[in-house]
Amino acid sequence: MNDLMNVVDWSRAQFALTAMYHWLFVPLTIGLSLIIAIMETIYVRTRDERWKGITKFWMTLFGINFACGVATGLILEFEFGTNWSNYSWFVGDIFGAPLAIEGILAFFMESTFIAVMFFGWKKFSRGFHLAATWLTALGICLSALWILIANAWMQNPVGMEFDPSQMRNVMDDFWAVALNPVAINKFFHAVTSGWTLGGVFVVGVSSWLLWRKSNIVAARKSMKVGAWVGLAGIILTIWTGDGSAVQVAKVQPMKLAAMEGLYRGKCGQELVGFGLLNTDKRPYDGQDAINYEISIPKGLSILANHDANSFVPGIEDLLDGISVDANGDTINTISYAERITIGREAQDALRAYNEAEQRGDRQAMDSAATLLKEKYEFFGYGYLDSPEQAIPPVALTFYSFRIMVIIGGYLLAFFAAILLISYRRTHFLEKSWIHWIAILSIPLVWVCSQAGWIVAEVGRQPWTIQDVLPVNAAISDISSTSVQITFWMFAVLFTLLLIAEISIMLRQIGKSAKTNIENPDK
Amino acid sequence: MELATLQQYWWLIISVLGALLVFMLFIQGGQSLLYCTRSEAARQLMVNSLGRKWELTFTILVTFGGAFFASFPLFYSTSFGGAYWLWMLILVSFVLQAVSYEFRRKRGNIYGTATYDIFLMANGLVGCILLGVAVGTFFFGGEFTVAKVNIINGASPVISTWSDSHGWDAITDWRCLLLGLTVFFLARTQASLYFINNISDARHEGVTSRIKVLFNGGFFAILFICFVLVLLTSQGVRQQPDGTMVQVQNIYLGNLTSTWWWAAIFTIGTVMVLYAIIRTGFSSTYRKGIWWSGTGTIMVVIVLFWLAGYNSTSYLPSVTDIQSSLTLANSSSSLFTLTVMTWVSILVPFVIAYIAYVWHKMDKTPLTEAELEKESHTY
Repeated sequence: MNDLMNVVDWSRAQFALTAMYHWLFVPLTIGLSLIIAIMETIYVRTRDERWKGITKFWMTLFGINFACGVATGLILEFEFGTNWSNYSWFVGDIFGAPLAIEGILAFFMESTFIAVMFFGWKKFSRGFHLAATWLTALGICLSALWILIANAWMQNPVGMEFDPSQMRNVMDDFWAVALNPVAINKFFHAVTSGWTLGGVFVVGVSSWLLWRKSNIVAARKSMKVGAWVGLAGIILTIWTGDGSAVQVAKVQPMKLAAMEGLYRGKCGQELVGFGLLNTDKRPYDGQDAINYEISIPKGLSILANHDANSFVPGIEDLLDGISVDANGDTINTISYAERITIGREAQDALRAYNEAEQRGDRQAMDSAATLLKEKYEFFGYGYLDSPEQAIPPVALTFYSFRIMVIIGGYLLAFFAAILLISYRRTHFLEKSWIHWIAILSIPLVWVCSQAGWIVAEVGRQPWTIQDVLPVNAAISDISSTSVQITFWMFAVLFTLLLIAEISIMLRQIGKSAKTNIENPDK
Repeated sequence: MELATLQQYWWLIISVLGALLVFMLFIQGGQSLLYCTRSEAARQLMVNSLGRKWELTFTILVTFGGAFFASFPLFYSTSFGGAYWLWMLILVSFVLQAVSYEFRRKRGNIYGTATYDIFLMANGLVGCILLGVAVGTFFFGGEFTVAKVNIINGASPVISTWSDSHGWDAITDWRCLLLGLTVFFLARTQASLYFINNISDARHEGVTSRIKVLFNGGFFAILFICFVLVLLTSQGVRQQPDGTMVQVQNIYLGNLTSTWWWAAIFTIGTVMVLYAIIRTGFSSTYRKGIWWSGTGTIMVVIVLFWLAGYNSTSYLPSVTDIQSSLTLANSSSSLFTLTVMTWVSILVPFVIAYIAYVWHKMDKTPLTEAELEKESHTY
C-alpha cells in the first residue's frame, strides 16, 4: 500500500512537471502563430517588404519556441499509458478519441505547413505561403481544441455509460463530449490566454528594442500588432474566465470552494479579493479559514451564479450534502460519507456481476447490473477512505487563483495603456520606465498562465476524472523507484532544454538590435 | 457496421500508420549517418535535407500512439504501462530530436552543435532499434497479465501487470533485437537512397555515396532474412471462438500462406526494396530508389502487421499467462467509438493529399549548398 501511494504521488508529480513545462512553450506558440499570420497578411496586402522582414524576425523566435513545445508535448500523450494505465483502460474508450483526432486533424496540418512557412518563401507563391502560415496557426488551434476537449471531459465527464461486462466506461454520445460546455469555454479561455501571452511577449521584446534605440520603426509596428492581439486576448480571457467560474460552480463545486478557501457558504457570499489562509484550518474544527482578507461583498455569488443573493456552498456544506442545483436552488444531496458507502456498494455490485458472469448465472448478473446502475453515480467515491480525501489542496488552489486574476487585471490595464501610448501619447515610447514595465511583464504573464492551469488541475484533485476515478485507482503497475528516476530525468532534461531555449532566444533578440529587422539582407 | 468489421478496419489503419512510420524512419536513419562524413558542409546538407521532414516522422509516431489509444486502449494500457522503460527510452530519444534541428546552429546555443548532432545520432540509433523492439513484442510477446476485475480492488487496483523488468525483458529478447536491428539498417539504407534523391552536389559525394546503399542494404537484407525465418517458425497465440487462447505452432507462416495475396504483397514489397538497393547501388545515375524502397517497405510492414493481428491472432501475446494475450476482439474500443473514429478516418486521404502536394513542391529540385546559403532559415 505504501508503495502504491508513493507511485501515485510520484506519478502525479511527474505529470505535473511535464505538463507545466509543456505549458511554458505552448501559449507562446499559440499567440505568436496568430501574430505572425497577421503580420504576414499585412505584408501580402501592402506588398511592403519591410513587413516581410518583421514577420521573419518573429517567425524565427516562433520556431525556437515551437521545437520545445513539440518536445515536451510528446511525453504527455504517452504518459497516460506509461504512468496511468488503469485510467487508459477505464476511460480510454472516451478519452482516446480526442487524442487520435488531434493527431489526424491538427498535428499533420501543423507539421506540413510549418515546413512551407520556414522553407517555402521561394518555392511557393505569396498567397500560398500566407495560407500556409494561417494553416499552421489553425493547426495549432485545432490541437488546442482537441486536447482541451479531452481535459474538459476529465473535469465534467459526459457522454458515457459504464459497461460492467468490460469493466470500463464506454462512449455513448460523441457530440456530448465534443460540445461539452466546459470544453467550449476552456478552449476559448486557453487560446485567448495564449494570444495574451504572445501579445505581452511581442510588446516586451519590442520595448527592449526601443530601449536599445534599435529598429524603432519595426518595434513600434510590432508593438501595435502585439498590443491589439493582447488586448483582444485578455478581454476574451476575462470573459471566458467568468464563464469558467459559472461552469465550475455547477459541475465542480468543491473546486470552487477550494479556490475561495470557503468552508461554510451562505447566500450573497463575498468574494475574497486577497487574503491569508489559516494553514491550520481543517473541516469542522470551527477555526476561521482566512485570517486576513479583502473581500468584495456578494462577489462570489455573482461570479458563480450571476445572482448576487444566491447560495454558494463551502467545503463543509458539500461534505454534508448541501449543494446547489442547475437552477441555482439550494438542495440537500447525499453527503460525502454516504457517497463513499454507496460507491462501495456499487463496487460490490460490480464484483457480484463479475462472479455471476464467471458462473454463467444470467439472473444474478441482471440483478447485479441493475444495482450497479442505480449506484454507479458514486462508484469513484468507493475508492476513498474518508470524505476529507475528496478535498483538493486548498492553499495551492486559493493562491493560484488569486495570482491568475490579479495579474490578469493588470494585463488588461497594461494593453490599454500600451495602445494609448502607441497611438496618442507616442512620446512615452521613449521613456525607459515604460520599456522596463513592458519587459518585466513578460515573466508575469507566464506566472499568470501557469497559475490558471494549477487551479484547473489541482482543484480537480483527488480525481483524475471528476467523481469517477481518483488518482489512486488510475495508476500503472510500476515501482515508485522507476517513476522517481524518470521524474528526475525529465526534470533535468526539460530544465536543460528551457535554459537552451532562453539562451538562444535572448541571443537572437540581442542580435536583432544590431541588424535591420525590416531589411535583413542589408 | 459490426464490431468485428470495425476492429479489422482499425487494425488496417494501425498497420498503415505503422508502415508509414517505418518508412519515415529514414529520417532517423539519416541522422545516424551524420558522422559518416568529415565535411561540415556535407553534414549541413544532410541535416537540412532531413530537417525539412523531421516533423512528419514525429507526427506519425504521435498519431500512431493516439490511434492505438483510441482503437485498442487495452494495448495502450498494457504495453505503455508495462514495458515502461522501453517506451520511456524511445520517447526521450524523440524529445532530444525535437529540439536538435532548431537549436543546433543557433547563436546562443550553449551546448554546442556537436551536442545536438549527437542527440540526432542517438535518436537515429535508439529510435529505430527500440521501435523495432516494440513491434517485436507484437510477435514474441511480453511478460504481463491482465485482470480487469482488479479495478475494484482498492489496495491494488491495477488491471495489467508486467514483470519487474518493465520493458527490459523485451529489449534483451534477441528476437525483438533482431527486428530492431533490421529496422535500423533499413532506415539507414532508405536514408542513403533519400540523400541520393534529395541532394544534388557533386562536391559531397560522400553524402550521396551509392556504396552506403549497398553496405547498409546488405546488412539489412541479411537481418531481414534472419528475422523472416525466425518469425515464420515461431509459435504464437490464437483466440478460439469461445474466447480462450491457445498456442499455435508456425502461426505466422500459417497466416501468410492462408491468404495468397498477403504473400504476394509481402513478396512484391520485398522485391521492390531489393530492387531499389541493387539498382541504385550499381548505377551512377539512378536516383529514384527511395520511391521503390519506400513503397516496398510500406507493403511489407503492412503485411507484417496483418500477420500479427488478423485471423484471431494475438498481437500482444503474454508469455506469462496466455489467457491475458491481447487480440483485436478483446482489446478494442466499443462499437460506438470505433464508428465515430471511422467517420474521422474519412479525412485521412485529404491529409495524405496535402502532405504529398507539399512534399512534391518542396522537393521538386534537389537541395544544394548554394540554395542553403541563400535561405533565411536553415538548421
